Amino acid sequence: MVVVNHYQCLHCGGCVGLCPVNALTLYELHLEVSEACTECGICVKFCPVGALEEAP
Amino acid sequence: MKVDCLVVGAGPAGNVAAGELARRGVETLVVEKKAEIGPPKRCAEGVSQRSLEVLGINPHPQSIARTITGAALYAPSGKQVVMEGQGMEGYVLERKIFEKHLASRAIQAGARYMVKTQVLDMKRVNGAWEAQIRGLEGTETVTADLVIGADGVESKVGRWAGLKSLNRLTDYHSGFQYEMANVNVNERYIHLFFGREVAPLGYAWVFPKAFSANVGLGILEREARMRSHQYLKQFIANHPEMFARASPIEVNGGGIPVNHFTDMVTDGVMLVGDAAQLVNPIHGGGIVRAMHSAQMAAEVGASALQEGDLSRDRLLSYRRQWDQVYEDKTAQLLKLRFFLEKLEDKDFELLADILDGADIFELTQARLSFFIKKVLKRPSLLGLAKKYLTD
Repeated sequence: MVVVNHYQCLHCGGCVGLCPVNALTLYELHLEVSEACTECGICVKFCPVGALEEAP
Repeated sequence: MKVDCLVVGAGPAGNVAAGELARRGVETLVVEKKAEIGPPKRCAEGVSQRSLEVLGINPHPQSIARTITGAALYAPSGKQVVMEGQGMEGYVLERKIFEKHLASRAIQAGARYMVKTQVLDMKRVNGAWEAQIRGLEGTETVTADLVIGADGVESKVGRWAGLKSLNRLTDYHSGFQYEMANVNVNERYIHLFFGREVAPLGYAWVFPKAFSANVGLGILEREARMRSHQYLKQFIANHPEMFARASPIEVNGGGIPVNHFTDMVTDGVMLVGDAAQLVNPIHGGGIVRAMHSAQMAAEVGASALQEGDLSRDRLLSYRRQWDQVYEDKTAQLLKLRFFLEKLEDKDFELLADILDGADIFELTQARLSFFIKKVLKRPSLLGLAKKYLTD
């Protein structure tokens, strides 16, 4: 599952619109990753600041 | 709770849709997930005065951070082309005020708003939509005949409604921006910087505001060797004449969908603005198209509600109206964008030599034939012409 670095996330929601399995949801100040995440890596590539990482 | 129309999201699109619906007597509820309408912006805040006039939208004076008279474009070498004159006048907005003002006008017209309230899910039940919403008062169900998805690039309404609103990384810029104070720049213009190493397949911008400037860029991932954040740091470091004494007062990120492909309607649902990628594909500006789509959707939605027919077939007249105004222009601008994506830095220098501000204005209006003639007349530009013709 992709992991969010909450200290870096700007809550811009840009990654949410790219998730092919709808695993990302932006709440006002919290980006949530659901179990549906397949670690496809698209959101990781997109993130302007690198706040998303594939879990080791 | 039962309403005629539920608008999800209170950005420019949602607020305009709500105002236009309420004005037509439609019982309208707007839900906004954030505690405050407006921030954080995902936007450089520029709009052309003429486009606002066409839409009949008068921004409140306090929404205007700066009036500009044109745009300065820069090739990678720093060579400048200025676009100024009729049609180039614009505003750099203070979006949090602009949006709150649009919301207050919608409320005056009769719309109701809930902030810090998020739609969690939405289902089709007995020919209406049932939305679960959660806010300070807890969770409740809203039943609506019509839902307008104005929920931006991360649109969930589109997904719940079964519309293919998933964005593709190939048509989706990664944007990063600082709002900075004490930027040394000519405040009459917005400034756009091109080049493979500046912002691959995108551009960098400096938009002056009242006492600050939006300094940002958008890039496409496939040609990028680092993140948009790092490209912006590099841009700032490479321009000490502008930024030596500047510092950020705000930071923004965002996804910019530059190719519209989503079907905008289904039974009881219309998508407006970024939720359906209604963005100018050449400069990535979305405010005007968002508000225009909202006006069209509200007009169709209000009539459809009155007739009691919210079927996809009925709502399709929204998409037809949109296509009538924007389909050809968008296709031309996309073609221009694909051409620009093929340009190397030396091509930008050539273009800066042969095009003046008026030419570039024509290009942004999707009038391309003169451009092809101009390029073909010069033997040194045959390489460029090939790039255009092999599209």
